[in-house]
This record gives sequence, C-alpha cells and structure tokens, in this order.
Amino acid sequence: MKHIVNKHPLAIRWFHWINFPIITIMIWSGLLIYWANDVYKLGFGDLTLIQFFPKSFYEALNIPYRLGEGMAFHFVFMWAFFLNGLLYILFTLFSGEWRLLFPDKNSFKEAWLVILHDLKINKEAPPQLKYNGAQKIAYTMIILMGLGSVLTGLAIYKPVQLNWLCALLGGYEFARAIHFALTVGYCLFFVIHIFQVIKTGWNNFRSMVTGFDVINETKHDE
Amino acid sequence: MSNFFNTLFKSKYELTTEQLIKRKTMFSFFVFFIMIVLGIIFWITLKKQPRDQAGVQAPLRSVLNGNEKVFSKIESYRHLAKTYPKSMAAKKVRVNGNVGLKSDLDTAAWRLHVIKTSGDTLFITLNEIKKLPKTEIIFDFKCIEGWSQVSHWGGVKFSDFAHYFHLEKEVTLKYIGLSTPDEAYYVGIDMPSAMHPQTLVCYEMNGKPLPVNQGFPLRMIVPVKYGIKSLKRIGTMYFNNTRPKDYWFERGYDYYSGL
Repeated sequence: MKHIVNKHPLAIRWFHWINFPIITIMIWSGLLIYWANDVYKLGFGDLTLIQFFPKSFYEALNIPYRLGEGMAFHFVFMWAFFLNGLLYILFTLFSGEWRLLFPDKNSFKEAWLVILHDLKINKEAPPQLKYNGAQKIAYTMIILMGLGSVLTGLAIYKPVQLNWLCALLGGYEFARAIHFALTVGYCLFFVIHIFQVIKTGWNNFRSMVTGFDVINETKHDE
Repeated sequence: MSNFFNTLFKSKYELTTEQLIKRKTMFSFFVFFIMIVLGIIFWITLKKQPRDQAGVQAPLRSVLNGNEKVFSKIESYRHLAKTYPKSMAAKKVRVNGNVGLKSDLDTAAWRLHVIKTSGDTLFITLNEIKKLPKTEIIFDFKCIEGWSQVSHWGGVKFSDFAHYFHLEKEVTLKYIGLSTPDEAYYVGIDMPSAMHPQTLVCYEMNGKPLPVNQGFPLRMIVPVKYGIKSLKRIGTMYFNNTRPKDYWFERGYDYYSGL
C-alpha cells in the first residue's frame, strides 16, 4: 500500500531552488572579478597541482576583461543571496525544521556509518529520520559556509568601513582567500550533492519539487 | 498545501493514491517548469535592459547607487584605513596604469589648476603645496583588480589643502573632480571621502619625490577608495554638485568605489 507523506515544506523547496540560480550568478560574476587578480593555486613548493585557473578555462567561459561587469552583477545579486539565506535560516528556526537539520552528538558517528554504506563497505545504512547524520552535517555546514561567504565578502567589499570585521577574518588578503576557498567548497558540494541525488533516485528528487514522499509501508502512515 | 490538493482533486470523485500521486506530481512539476521559464525570462530581460553610458544595465546601476547610499551612511570620519609601520612599506611599489601620463610634462611650467566656484582659477606651484603641514601615511593600497600593497605616501591632507587655499565654499559641494593635464584620465570623488582625514594631495613616495610613473609632481591618495580614484599627475581640480566625469565609471565600474 502506497502512502503520501509530506517531506519538504514549500518554503524550503522555494529557498532551495531559488538559491541555485542565485549562487550560479554569484559564482559566475565572482569569476569575472577573480580573473583580474588570479593568484591562487594548490601545490607543494614549486610544484603546482591546480592552477586557479588555466587560460583555456577562462576563454571557454568568456571570463577575460569583464571585471566591471562582474562587480556590477556581484554587488547586486549579493542582496538576493543574503536575503534568501537569511529567510531560509529564519524559516528553519521558527518552523522547528532545524531540529531535523542540526547535527547532534550521534550525527558524526552516524555520518561515518553512512559513508561506509555509500562506499559499499557496510551493507546496512543506519536508521534515520528525515536526514541522516552525513546530510545533517553537510546541510548545516553549507549554511555556515554561506555565512562565511557573506562575512568574508563584506570584509573585502568594505575593508575600511568594516575594518574590525576585516581584521577579525585575518585581514584583507586572507579574507579574500577564504572567500575564494568557500566558493571552491560550493562547487565540490554541488558535485557530491548531484551524485547523491542521482544515486538516491526519483522518489527523493521528486520530493524536492512536490514536497511529498511516497512510502510503501503502512507503519509510516500518519 | 495537502488540504488544497484534497479539495482540488477529491471534490468531484474519489482518487486512488496512485492517481493522487500522479496528479500532485504533474501539478508540482508544471509549476516548477513555469518557475524555470520565468527565471530565464527574468535573466534575459535583465540583460536586455537599457544601459547607461557606461554599459551597465539600468536596474543594476540603481542597485549599485543604492549600495552607495547604504554604505556611505555607515561611512564616517571615525573609520580610518588601517596604518602600518614604515618598515612594512613596499620598496618596489606596484605601478598599474599610465592613462594620463603618456604625454610629456613640462615640470617647470606645471601648476595645479584649482577652479573655484566663483569662476576664478588658482595656479598653485608644488613649492607652495610643500610649505603646508605635511602628513604621511603607510596603508594597504587596494586596487580594484583585487591586489593590495602596503605603501608609504607623503603630502598634504586634502582638508588642510582646502583650508589653506580658502576653498571653504567649494568643499560644501557634493563632489570634487580631478583630471590629468592632458585630460586623458579623470575622476570624481564624493566630498566626504575627499575630506576624509587620510586623503592626501600627495607629492612623496617612500620619503622621496614621486616617480613619474607614480604621478610626479602631484597625485591623489584616497585610502577609502580603490586605487582608480587616486589620480596620478593632477592637472585640474574642480568642484560640483553633480558627479564629475569619471574614467572608469564610463567603462562600467561603480562610481562610488568606496572601501
């Protein structure tokens, strides 16, 4: 017997999907800005493993010589990113949804078991409510990263007016590096997120659009 | 929401759970699809909005001007750019941009032209400026490209300069405009930023006269703005209540460019 069970409130679906184009615009316009002083790379000593970014990457995405345009879009859509994030946090707090999202002391152990299960080392996944431990950690972490982007962004946007914030975040250049690293973090999150969504299947993906889950067991009926 | 569906889909006849799942899914994905289309239309419309002379879409520009209002509210003389000890100042100071410096300059004939509101023009020599009280600053110079460098500058505070040359009336206007002698480079700076205690009319770098590529004989140093506003080789200074023309603003950058 199939049952419809409400899973994601409309507000959460809204914030989730709105965030996707906003963050895409922020990352794109951020790239237009970053290009003008693209100093970051990963490596040891003289060995460069990853260069942010190779010329071919910029050219493929039509990035070069668009700093002014990048700043214009970045400093407009920053408001949308900030407001959408703020409303999401307020919603989770006031609806009580945060209880399902915020990790507790068992979440870290549970996340480890989830990883073992995902890597097919363990057969059984640990029992879970709406989100498993790994999800709780990831979805809370991404909000903290968003907060980090807003704060480091403000610090490098207004390093004189908000000099206390800039100092708190390690100074102008350090804050810029963090701001960049967080963006790399979003891209990694996105890759894993997409992989997990595909792996988990249609029912789960549908719930992020429709809000409901279809449960096959009678005992979950409510 | 689910009550809405129940009344919407169950009012006329009973649906099986399978049918309900199907209909709710169809409805949600239809709305989802509409939202995607609306999003794309929004983006295309935004990109197609009429642009100002700088090539920036009008709605973007109005938000940027709004940002200026928000952040100039919190701007205050109490907020100073961080200063550093002399030992941290770069010996090799980065040079970025030579617009306005390409023409030859007759240094002996150079005078700073200050156009007063009365229409009179002051012609000021470098020696007259050097006689005024000197102020030095070592701060983290920030380029709009994203790099920064601690550097050491010396000159006269613009506020002192305005006081000694009796520009009391001029500094009540909203903007100061500056341009190089050949008028190839030009900027506009809002008066609160010009009157900021760290803003210099500058003639020294690392304790020596400015090199030519750093704007000899006289340049601006505006620590509360990106470097684009720190015009090198000042030719003319004037005052206005509307925005003076600005080289990088005309090329799509934010007018305020405040830090």
